[in-house]
Amino acid sequence: MPTVSMTVNGKSVSADVEPRTLLVQYLREHLSLTGTHVGCDTSQCGACVVHVDGVSVKSCTMLAAQADGAEVVTIEGLDDNGTLHPMQEAFRDNHGLQCGFCTPGMVMSALDLVKNNPSPSEQDVRDWLEGNICRCTGYHNIVKSIQAGAAAMRG
Amino acid sequence: MYSFNHQLPNSVAAASSALGSADDGKFLAGGMTLLPTMKQRLASPSDLIDLAGIGDLVGISDSGDGVVIKAMTTHAAVAGSSVVQAKIPALAALAGGIGDPAVRNRGTIGGSVANNDPAADYPAACLGLGATIVTNKREIGADDFFTGLFETALEEDEVITEVRFPAAQKAAYQKFENPASRYAIVGVFVAQTAGGARVAVTGASQDGVGRISEMEQALGGNWSADAVANIDVPADGLNTDIHASAAYRAHLVTTMAKRAIAAAG
Amino acid sequence: MSETGIGARVKRVEDQRFLTGKGNYTDDINRPNQTYAFILRSPHAHARITSLDASAAQASEGVVAVFTGKDIAAAEVGGLPCGWQIHNKDGSPMAEPPHPMLVADKVRHVGDQVAMVIAETRDQARDAAEKIVVEYETLAAVTATDAAIKDGAPQVHDEAALNTCYDWELGDKAATEEGFAKAAHVVKIDVVNNRIIPNAMEPRVALGDYDRSTGDYTLFTTSQNPHVIRLLMGAFVLQLPEHKLRVVAPDVGGGFGSKIFHYAEEALVTWAAGKLGRPIKWVSDRSEAFVTDAHGRDHRTHAELAIDGDGKFLALRVSTLANMGAYLSTFAPAIPTYLSATLLAGVYTTPAIYSEVRAVFTNTVPVDAVRGAGRPETSYLLERLVDRAAKQTGIDKTELRKRNFIQPEQMPYQTPVALQYDVGDYPAVFEAGLAAADYSGFEGRKAETESRGKLRGVGISTYIEACGIAPSAVAGALGARAGLYESAQVRVHPTGSVTLFTGSHSHGQGHETTFAQVVSDLLGVPFEAVVVSHGDTAKVQFGMGTYGSRSLAVGGAAIYKACEKIIDKATKIAAHILEAAEADIEFKDGNFTVAGTDKSMAFGEVALAAYVPHNFPHETLEPGLDENAFYDPLNFSYPSGCHICEVEVDPDTGVVEVAKFTAVDDIGRVVNPMIVEGQVHGGVVQGIGQALLEGCVYDDEGQLLTGSFMDYAMPRADNVPFFTVAQKSVMGASNPLEVKGVGEVGAIGSPPAIINAVVNALEPLGVEDVTMPATPMTVWQAIQDAQAR
Repeated sequence: MPTVSMTVNGKSVSADVEPRTLLVQYLREHLSLTGTHVGCDTSQCGACVVHVDGVSVKSCTMLAAQADGAEVVTIEGLDDNGTLHPMQEAFRDNHGLQCGFCTPGMVMSALDLVKNNPSPSEQDVRDWLEGNICRCTGYHNIVKSIQAGAAAMRG
Repeated sequence: MYSFNHQLPNSVAAASSALGSADDGKFLAGGMTLLPTMKQRLASPSDLIDLAGIGDLVGISDSGDGVVIKAMTTHAAVAGSSVVQAKIPALAALAGGIGDPAVRNRGTIGGSVANNDPAADYPAACLGLGATIVTNKREIGADDFFTGLFETALEEDEVITEVRFPAAQKAAYQKFENPASRYAIVGVFVAQTAGGARVAVTGASQDGVGRISEMEQALGGNWSADAVANIDVPADGLNTDIHASAAYRAHLVTTMAKRAIAAAG
Repeated sequence: MSETGIGARVKRVEDQRFLTGKGNYTDDINRPNQTYAFILRSPHAHARITSLDASAAQASEGVVAVFTGKDIAAAEVGGLPCGWQIHNKDGSPMAEPPHPMLVADKVRHVGDQVAMVIAETRDQARDAAEKIVVEYETLAAVTATDAAIKDGAPQVHDEAALNTCYDWELGDKAATEEGFAKAAHVVKIDVVNNRIIPNAMEPRVALGDYDRSTGDYTLFTTSQNPHVIRLLMGAFVLQLPEHKLRVVAPDVGGGFGSKIFHYAEEALVTWAAGKLGRPIKWVSDRSEAFVTDAHGRDHRTHAELAIDGDGKFLALRVSTLANMGAYLSTFAPAIPTYLSATLLAGVYTTPAIYSEVRAVFTNTVPVDAVRGAGRPETSYLLERLVDRAAKQTGIDKTELRKRNFIQPEQMPYQTPVALQYDVGDYPAVFEAGLAAADYSGFEGRKAETESRGKLRGVGISTYIEACGIAPSAVAGALGARAGLYESAQVRVHPTGSVTLFTGSHSHGQGHETTFAQVVSDLLGVPFEAVVVSHGDTAKVQFGMGTYGSRSLAVGGAAIYKACEKIIDKATKIAAHILEAAEADIEFKDGNFTVAGTDKSMAFGEVALAAYVPHNFPHETLEPGLDENAFYDPLNFSYPSGCHICEVEVDPDTGVVEVAKFTAVDDIGRVVNPMIVEGQVHGGVVQGIGQALLEGCVYDDEGQLLTGSFMDYAMPRADNVPFFTVAQKSVMGASNPLEVKGVGEVGAIGSPPAIINAVVNALEPLGVEDVTMPATPMTVWQAIQDAQAR
């Protein structure tokens, strides 16, 4: 089996995996980073969004081998020993999550949005979330959370 | 997914030859269509020839009379390119409307064009602008490139290396999205080019992306939404599915064409 | 009100783990030596299995075992049970055909389970399953609800003639006919309540484990009610006694009803784990979820409303055809009957109502409760009908509603369809809704919309629902095979902190926060000193779980009762230590005080004394401070509300945009306003989904055409606006916390408001009706049809 090596949340990792191993499988099953979720099989729901080399990707639609040599950040890589990142904090403050299953993908997508657009409007946020489905919140508080998180990150 | 071999050649020539020697090889670009298809076990290639290892397939340049986009350039890069935004803003906008942000960060122009999904956006831009698709073997005009649903003029081991888009005097793209998949039910790309008006439609036809000559002729003498407002596109030959009947699609073609022309100014 | 007590906007304690990726969902759990199951499913909607050869699969790499329908038929196991029995008009019981874990003879829907392959990896199991050779003799299928009862329709079950599960009635037929005889107007409507697919974001997962050394079974599963699963699976399917069977539902990623039911995969992995002595994990992928998770709604109804010359409703008669799918899911028969027809009075004084429901089997996925379950169907029917009545009688739609509201002074109000509403003030809620929505400003907004070439409409829905399910005596009399109480255990630790064990289950509702607020408030202990434990039958006493907006109305009431017992016991202890009579002890703000003195003990001191009982009179005072309670509700609870929607319609494309949505709900006492608002937002968007986006479509062969997110339109962030949500609480609900339930109101109240708004917008074009989901093509076609008339 081929070897893949990458940096995940700042740590170098390496493993022999079948070529058909998806990045999300590698994260969940090999690295036990189970914060990244799988909610669909058609690349639509966004529960699996992580950052690869600084941009958001759907880890269910990428082979682990395609991330060979890359810098990967997952939801587990955001907080500082339990102290939440401002975007995570904004989700808590604004009740931007209910069951929590879509949440890691939402937060990772939100951070990519803010990187591109530090001051997103309501419509900017709604448009950006086209690839992230939530069944619980009706998006109202997710949009509020992301706008609040962006504001906090602007300082 | 079924098992496969993953190959990462470092040149186009090596990729082409790897495909030639594989039992049932497929090129892997961004994988935004191929990987989901394989996950559903609807495709079972023996080898994936990953084009990501080929260094010189990424980038956007100003060709003077247009832009050149290398095949492995992502949709996000095209959407965010100041060159594309300046030369062909409609193309940047189209790229910024493909899929969702995470898909745009992986999906590539070469992959989209080679796949020729009948509901994809890029084929409409290629056809609407009269682009040239450049491969490791030849240059193919967009009018000759798209040959049917998921069908192109590409040979098995032929690799798209870049797409050359001539700038238009005016251009715009309007997409009516499938409410579920967000692919185009109907997408219309209009352009006023040196060679005349061009109207390309994706999503609608059973034959895939194509042009509407009646609209192009009408626009030749009168570049305005009114010029096409009364052109009824025949429903015969258009797709029917649970989201849109052929008649509805026919209506949407005209409606989106009007809106695109208005948006192009 | 304290900053963390009842009524406070407390941030959720759950969020830290979910936001840092440390949630513990079923698929995050792995057991040593674990294997993986893949279920081979029928590709046909209706077919006989003529042969099945699993030999190649058995020999495939990594395969541990293959089980087929024949193995299940030979094993001493039962089928999946139905928890509710409905009786026909003639008193005979409903048809209840068997529902085997794996099918041996005839498959009845696409996705029906045919064989289970267990292998060392998930891919190996799937690879092997493809090597099973099944020969099918395909049969004609029936999928449409109204097609099931047509002459010559394919028969889904031999046990159900004419595909009929039951033919049921409720209400006074003669009195209803009398009402129609006196009517000045008769308003008729036909509505289809579209089938929806629940699509909780976490697909179902089941992990079965068996310990050969003890004979203990464990099932980790994505369930809203682990005890119910243990009871159904243990007693009815696998014949395993409860003390040898543990069911754990850890963090669960949304349910919306779909995770109430006992599914075959749960029993299969548990049973096979016992056979193999190894853990077995099954994970549904989304495509599989579409063809196996119970669907919702799918009712076709004809209704007629008799109205007198003054616009007063005289009588209502309703005839519904309800699709059960291919088999009876756990609560399916109750949805169109006792959860739907019993609400037909709505918030109106209609004195005579007669309803009949015929439930049918089809070659489709079983249909059961999805958020709202029966009540969205009734609110949609009534509120569409009232709008049509307003048009037909020429009485303004707000005025017609006002003329027919049950008045607060009529409470308690006995409806003609079995329920007795305990409290409510529908006129006040309605006025609050109109004000919050700036209803009087609609015409101005409409003019602005029209200036942009679009149409604007406004729609109102004044709904009621029954939740807090349910008084066991009532449910039992109506056919429930279970009680519908809830349990709580309050364990006070020696230093005064508290663990609450609840039989409710949280899968997004935030119980760990809300319930801790309740306990903290009642016992006067700090919020942070309370932890909530749920979801594990090995830890928690028997409970009925979470559905039907029951967790606070029933589970919260059990918490209240258990806290009362704690206070009683603590009072005894305090009285003993303070050397006072029990009657003289006052409990306030967490302190036990001898009335009229400064002699006092804090809650924590009493707790410590309870566990250090050095001088207790042990004949009359037991050590310890740990109490449990079971609460069986006296009545349903009856949330009501007024939802007002404004839509903009693009007449060129048929696209409907929700421009403004206001929900004012009476849900009784609010424990955590932040969580309440979130529940309404989510419910409303599921209602928007049903009304505008979510169409479930089968073709004539029984293939599900909307089998993935590529074709089944889920609401996304850009489909919805911000909402105006408010509460108009009327106290006095029949439970100690006076709460009514909020989980479902959004999904119940919103669809009729949305469709009424769409019809209102399209009225100028001659459109009288629009079906759900009002997709762009549906709306465009309605416009074309109206223009052609």
